[in-house]
Amino acid sequence: MIEFFTEPWQHVFMQRAFLVVLMSGVVCGVIGSHVALRGMAFIGDAVAHAVFPGIAIAFVLHTSLVAGGIVAGLITALSIAVVSQNRRLKEDTVIGVFFAAAFGLGIVVMSTAPGYGGSLESFLFGSVLGIGNRDVVTVAIAGAVLLLISGALHKEFVTVGLDRETARSVGLPIFWLDMALYAMVTIAIVISIQAVGNILVLALLITPAACARLLTDRIGRMMLIAPLIGAFSGLAGLYLSYAFNLAAGGLIVLTATAVFIACWVFAPRHGLLSHRRSSAAAAVVPA
Amino acid sequence: MKPTGAQAGVLQVAGVAVELGGRQVLHDVDLVVGRGEHVGLIGPNGAGKTTLLRSLLGLLPTTAGVIAIDGRTPREARGSIGYVPQRHEFVWDYPVDVRTAVMTGRTHRIGWLRRPNADDRAAVGEALERVDLVDLQRRPIGELSGGQRQRVLVARALALRPNLLLLDEPFTGLDVPTQEILTRLFRTLTSEGTAILMTTHDLPAAADTCTRLCLLNETVVADGPPEDLRDPAIWLRAFGVARSEQLLHTLGVTR
Repeated sequence: MIEFFTEPWQHVFMQRAFLVVLMSGVVCGVIGSHVALRGMAFIGDAVAHAVFPGIAIAFVLHTSLVAGGIVAGLITALSIAVVSQNRRLKEDTVIGVFFAAAFGLGIVVMSTAPGYGGSLESFLFGSVLGIGNRDVVTVAIAGAVLLLISGALHKEFVTVGLDRETARSVGLPIFWLDMALYAMVTIAIVISIQAVGNILVLALLITPAACARLLTDRIGRMMLIAPLIGAFSGLAGLYLSYAFNLAAGGLIVLTATAVFIACWVFAPRHGLLSHRRSSAAAAVVPA
Repeated sequence: MKPTGAQAGVLQVAGVAVELGGRQVLHDVDLVVGRGEHVGLIGPNGAGKTTLLRSLLGLLPTTAGVIAIDGRTPREARGSIGYVPQRHEFVWDYPVDVRTAVMTGRTHRIGWLRRPNADDRAAVGEALERVDLVDLQRRPIGELSGGQRQRVLVARALALRPNLLLLDEPFTGLDVPTQEILTRLFRTLTSEGTAILMTTHDLPAAADTCTRLCLLNETVVADGPPEDLRDPAIWLRAFGVARSEQLLHTLGVTR
């Protein structure tokens, strides 16, 4: 039994994989909490697509994938913010236009590289076992910076999240706080793409945050629970992947989804069962 | 030219015009709210009540006229006015408790990279006491009733210890006990010198609580103590027969 837990750690590639999914899970849990509370899940999806051309260009030019992804993600996020100033178009429409365009561009760029099919697959679905030492260091540094900024701007994010209009009226820089959050979402996504891939990264961002929301009514606790669930899903998914020789990215996301379903059913106050119980209790009370 | 705050009143509005999307919404608005006054801003839907409040907060530019808050422009006064928006402007399912929600009223005062200090905590404690929410301060805001929610918004505004309090439809959809709590609170505040301006389309409630009523319909149509505006003749003069009958009905002067 103990061997089951210790054995994968003997491989250096598994050690790196564990570290990266752990850090991605924690960072995405924290940033994802803001995303879920602001109803920004669609923006998360958009950013995940938007970073793709940057990664593709970086891949073709043999430069840093993380840097390429961040630049592309920020350009797209900024474009969306600027174009959606036009009141005639709703923000989600603009996002729909931009993220499909970004993804198309990414695939075209990627196809200029010879034999691109394999690399394309590793970007789309993750390649957690092929992570290098430098990647681990990049993820660690970027993740630490994100957590610091998230802590530093916490009360401003909460204030804007509660009531944008009043926050604007007292002079908080709403636009720049939005931009900061978009940038943080972008970086969180880029550093997590290696673990679960471009398509599944949204799950790492949203699912643990959704679980945490079901378990608590306090944002402070949410920001502890979501990273824990993210990290747990990463580790558990990786173990399962090692044990059964199945795709790691998919198993990480499925583990998170299983936790979500458990929360949805069993959560003490907001779960399905407790609703049943409280409505049953209410029915017993004589009118 | 800036009017001086002290003699001119906490809030001074002179000849203000506001356009929204190229359409003139307010013109030639003159209004003064002095220390300890509670003014009710009354008018039908679309009369420009909320627009006026948003201009006072510096959220909308004026195309003409002067607004002075304690002798400062809205931009300069930014962050010192207590503002209570309509309840639906607030995200009630956000996972924070009452005390945290009230504390967000001071976020800009606390400043970047800082935590609330003793003064911030004292201001929030005081505001919670005033709206009688001390016992509920640890409750998640999502579990509050409509009346309790309104009191949270008032407390958040009071956490700034403002000289001027702006409220947008504070009484809409509230039960009588909550209306009474708020009415009592507003009386205490005005007796301490706070100037209050609130929009409403509930004329009877406004007549009970306000020291002065200001009838707004694109501009100030009438302005005076409640008893002066009970006479339907003013309304007839202001709006003509056809409009005023409908208005008087909406505003509850006639039933």
